[in-house]
Amino acid sequence: MNKVIITVVGKDTVGIIAKICTYLADHRMNILDISQTIVQGYFNMMMIVDMQSVEKPFSEIADDLEELGKGIGVVVKCQREEIFDSMHRISGGF
Amino acid sequence: MLHVDISEVRETNAMIEKENLDVRTITLGIGLFDCISDDLDRLCDRIYDKITGMAGNLVATGDAIGREFGIPIVNKRISITPIALIGASACRSSEDFVRIAKTLDKAAAAVGVNFLGGYSALVEEGMTAADELLIRSIPEALSTTGVICSSVCVGSTKAGIDMDAVRLMGEVIRKTAEATKEQDSLGCAKLVVFCNAPDDNPFMAGAFHGVTMGDAVINVGVSGPGVVRTAIASVRGESFEVLSETIKRTAFQVTRVGQLVASEAAKRLGIPFGIVDLSLAPTPAVGDSVADILTEMGLTEAGAPGTTAALALLNDQVKKGGLMASSSVGGLSGAFIPVSEDQGMIDAARSGALCIEKLEAMTSVCSVGLDMIAIPGDTSAATISGIIADEMAIGMINGKTTAARLIPVIGKGVGDEAKFGGLLGRAPVMRVSTAGCDDFIKRTGRIPRPVHSFKN
Repeated sequence: MNKVIITVVGKDTVGIIAKICTYLADHRMNILDISQTIVQGYFNMMMIVDMQSVEKPFSEIADDLEELGKGIGVVVKCQREEIFDSMHRISGGF
Repeated sequence: MLHVDISEVRETNAMIEKENLDVRTITLGIGLFDCISDDLDRLCDRIYDKITGMAGNLVATGDAIGREFGIPIVNKRISITPIALIGASACRSSEDFVRIAKTLDKAAAAVGVNFLGGYSALVEEGMTAADELLIRSIPEALSTTGVICSSVCVGSTKAGIDMDAVRLMGEVIRKTAEATKEQDSLGCAKLVVFCNAPDDNPFMAGAFHGVTMGDAVINVGVSGPGVVRTAIASVRGESFEVLSETIKRTAFQVTRVGQLVASEAAKRLGIPFGIVDLSLAPTPAVGDSVADILTEMGLTEAGAPGTTAALALLNDQVKKGGLMASSSVGGLSGAFIPVSEDQGMIDAARSGALCIEKLEAMTSVCSVGLDMIAIPGDTSAATISGIIADEMAIGMINGKTTAARLIPVIGKGVGDEAKFGGLLGRAPVMRVSTAGCDDFIKRTGRIPRPVHSFKN
């Protein structure tokens, strides 16, 4: 398992999840969990995905997703799970 | 187990995006003992080859880790064994040492790091001939290189203070200021005088690779004054216990990022992990300020009565939170109070709330010391030595690291501003006492090692 957190923040519009998920499917990234909220009128989504079967380097995936986000007016960030685990769990990250 | 929560992700990313959370530096320590030769050309070749060989992937690795965790890793740096030791058998003159400095500068440029520290001498028990040659070469070395940093340790709790070295450093600082006067005496921003210098400090300008350490080590310095300030803004008016707990919790989170990045960098570079340095390191960016933490605690400005107490609380809680977050803590580990690199400190110095004497008091309860302080360009070498001696005495008696990084800005006086650029920032020239210490500094020899019982 190679877990990565994808966050999507921006103005709510039709098809955000569809476009992101299509990209993930095309690159064999398996979605393990999705949560979504609206914070102060802004669309906030977090996905936990498994990148175990992905062939492309991490930096290219992150760049692609960032570009994809720009096209639909949202900010997409791609980060390895350990940073959140280590900051918010006594036993996390290592 | 899917235990990452969206609110935690939002909190972490807000720290990074809005509160300037970053990893300030990954510093690769490299031992140079195996480069020693009595032939200067051979020595320089070996040093260049060893540094470029070991640090070739440092910058790319740091950038890749930063990208994957989504956290900026601002600086990638190198520290080396103090050059006074490495050059001792090859260097017959100060010019010989300058050749090593230029070699180091070339190696640093080749691997793309933004600073290399360790153009240093450890002289707390006295200077060897090589130590003195290196110290005398510092003005030329720092004015003819770009990224080399120099430090001289002149005292320790165990050894006392080498006052001959203190006197010499007053002169060397003045000469370095003169040699770089076209850039507001920038050379002095890359020169630190230490008492109890740590072997494993990843921060510049005082980093060097300790003589008892292994061949190579990865040390990481975290940051995060903005994160601490935001956290304590949520407990405004609450008790000191609540304030302390909040700082401790935040320091834990910040340090965990450092630990994560350090372990990852060590793994990828195949170099042992050394320490995480917990220091709260400010930058000139708005909000990335230790002074702002003090004002958030309830002072109108840094330097107000209560500042030393506030800083003592902050420093201690940062340590308590950080210690549990890392498997190995070291370096300086505390709150930095460099005047020129902290907008809140700059404002307080300009308004007169913060003076050198108050800063000196603050250094007795936090890490480092009189750091990045611009003083009038006509300050005498003896007065500079006097300020250094005071700062060293605080470190010696209290068993802690202290340092002085003073910049006599040639051609400028009190109220003028010195501009250093980048992370080094800008500083108002501060007033220095005009009372003299010439006859004290003229004395030769050492201040003897202090007594270790009868503590009071």
